Amino acid sequence: MRRRDQRLLMISAAGAVLVLAMTLTFMGLRESIVFFVAPSELAEKAQAGQRVRLGGLVVEGTVRRGEDGAMLFAVTDGAAQVEVRYDGILPDLFREGQGIVAEGSWQPGHAFEAERVLAKHDETYMPREVAEALKQRGEWKGDAPP
Amino acid sequence: MIAEIGAFATALTLALCLAQGALGLAASTRDSRMSALVAVSQAGAALSLLGFACLTWLFVVSDFSVAVVAANSHVDKPMVYKIAGTWGNHEGSMLMWCLVSAVFGAILASARGGQDAKLWSRAVGVQGFVTAGAIIYTLFLSNPFARLDPAPMQGSGLNPLLQDPALAAHPPMLYLGYVGLSIPFSLAIAALIEGRADQAWAKALRPWTLAAWTFLTIGIGLGSYWAYYELGWGGWWFWDPVENASFMPWLIAAALVHSAIVTERRGSLAGWTILLAIMGFGLALLGTFLVRSGVLTSVHAFAIDPRRGIAVLVLMFIALGVGFGLYAARAQKLAQPSGFAAVSRESMLVWNNYGLAVAAAVVLIGTLYPLLVEAAGGGLISVGPPFFNMTVVPLMGAVLLLLPLAPLLTWRIGDMRAAFTRLAPAAALAIATLIGALILSQWRVMPAIGLALGAWLIAGGLTYIWVRYRRGEGAGWAKFAALPLAVWSMSAAHIGAGVLTLGAIAETAFRMERAVILSPNESVEFADRRITLLEVGNVEGPNYSAARANFRVEQAGVVRPLSAERRFYPTSDMPTSEVGILPSMTGDLYIALGEAVREQPGAWSVRLYKNPLVQLIFWGMILMSLGGALSLWSLARRRGRNP
Repeated sequence: MRRRDQRLLMISAAGAVLVLAMTLTFMGLRESIVFFVAPSELAEKAQAGQRVRLGGLVVEGTVRRGEDGAMLFAVTDGAAQVEVRYDGILPDLFREGQGIVAEGSWQPGHAFEAERVLAKHDETYMPREVAEALKQRGEWKGDAPP
Repeated sequence: MIAEIGAFATALTLALCLAQGALGLAASTRDSRMSALVAVSQAGAALSLLGFACLTWLFVVSDFSVAVVAANSHVDKPMVYKIAGTWGNHEGSMLMWCLVSAVFGAILASARGGQDAKLWSRAVGVQGFVTAGAIIYTLFLSNPFARLDPAPMQGSGLNPLLQDPALAAHPPMLYLGYVGLSIPFSLAIAALIEGRADQAWAKALRPWTLAAWTFLTIGIGLGSYWAYYELGWGGWWFWDPVENASFMPWLIAAALVHSAIVTERRGSLAGWTILLAIMGFGLALLGTFLVRSGVLTSVHAFAIDPRRGIAVLVLMFIALGVGFGLYAARAQKLAQPSGFAAVSRESMLVWNNYGLAVAAAVVLIGTLYPLLVEAAGGGLISVGPPFFNMTVVPLMGAVLLLLPLAPLLTWRIGDMRAAFTRLAPAAALAIATLIGALILSQWRVMPAIGLALGAWLIAGGLTYIWVRYRRGEGAGWAKFAALPLAVWSMSAAHIGAGVLTLGAIAETAFRMERAVILSPNESVEFADRRITLLEVGNVEGPNYSAARANFRVEQAGVVRPLSAERRFYPTSDMPTSEVGILPSMTGDLYIALGEAVREQPGAWSVRLYKNPLVQLIFWGMILMSLGGALSLWSLARRRGRNP
């Protein structure tokens, strides 16, 4: 092969890899984006079965264990409450009254089925999404940065 | 008093760094000016060490009149973690950033070696300005020496999750890596100013890149090991934005390690090496920005002061603006010598670089996409593991597939057929692994391909050692001993990548997990084991109290004890879990203790995991770091022989 042909070959192979990577990237972004919703927006913004992140405060007195061993609790943004079911160990910092994010999906007539529950490793933590939702509802009590 | 000395020493360091910057960029070749430059940089490093020592002292004696100490320490804390508390917070960690940058600058200044005087001087100067930028940020936006009036009687304690040996060492390692990348950046800027990047320049760049990459590997390894045994989720990598923030510079540093070899040995790819050096430091700054600004919802983001985030962003734009601007203006001037064929070691390394750079770009897109969408008013979204698994994993797979070929090809023009012949046994082993994994996993194609890739990498690394062994002189073991250190270091890093691949694929694809509720003396069958909860008792630690569950694990007649804890730290009103792990070569049994079940007195929720081959992940990272360290040693020895 002449040097020019070789260079052409390498450049086209590099181009092919780049196109492939970009296609994968855009497909991936389209398929694996997860939207954040507040409890009051769940029914209107998320279709049944669609994977979303539900963020809110855990309602006091609602955390209990179902008969099948899964945890049940309600989250609220001040305007609406959503019942969440999670089959697993809740994070160390999960507590009543605390802001959490549950990732999963809902089906009509059932509780929100969480596959992951996030609570951050910091005592003053409030998931940013939850803070935004609470601010919108005017429920934000504020914890101004020091 | 100590706090004021610390602040004063840090301010003096700033002045010295600015002097170092001006003196260095002036690039005088007069002996007196050059020794002044060395002296200034060394004095700067010493003063910055003094500043950091002052802050450490304040933590050691628990001086709560200093705001940072009051917010992050406590008298009851064990001494090791009081010291680790120095960098376990935003302000202290930024001071550590400055310290590392100043010390590295002094080392760069003191070890000129065979470098061109003007180029060296300019690099030291740029490094001076880098350190100065970091200090300005630290002193004005996150001053660790700020006082608190009135001083509280007691501090509020370190986040208990951080009270852990792996995590105490995690930030310093990452910072050594991040800041280590500032030296290749300074060298790249100097090369652009001078309009030349020769082989001596690449030779100066290599050890810094290697060191940065090795520290990043260790830092990421410690972080993922910590996540594995401390978070109690059984996982080790979550594609969390902050993990990505350290993974991107790691990818670029890995590319830079290889392209610098080409530039040093063959003189080619100089422009690309410079570009990588600029991008590597840019991504290190971006990583700092992502972690420190709190723009991303993540485990690590502790600074929520928007001014800080913006300031890091400004520093990043200055660095990247200067870097890319100079590159655009000067890249033409860089010599473009020896060419190479499509099949050659150079071309393989170009492909490796290309793959790593594209992977870094994809991680960058996935990490920043939520921010861009939000800024554009598209609502709050998150990009999770599925995205990265479907994009980065195949790209890295392609990079790793080519990896064993490169060392077996010669420079300039390689013989692909000869390389394939040598790799035939490795390929056979990989195919056998593929078939075996397909059958055992009941036709799960992707994990089987991944495992075969791991086997290919390990066998390929061993093949290279074998090829070099046969080519060596002497007989028997003497031939092994006579192999150059560089062969061992490269093979260790490459085999480590294979070991890591095996572990990562096996753990991700074949992990088993189950949540159960157990009362004392109740048993459960899990992963061919019979696990019995014996009892749950209370244990008192130095600054925590814990519930400890003792288990009995029975497998094929062998009985072993295992315990897991749930700790509660009263000072920060926060529980953490200490998981019980029964490690073995085939996989870990991993037990995390949940909470007491209210409805069923005496019963506890327990989560069981079987993590196959998970230890290989960490052994792979250890091997890769070892490869980096050996390679550094080999470079140092070579320099010792012909300085």
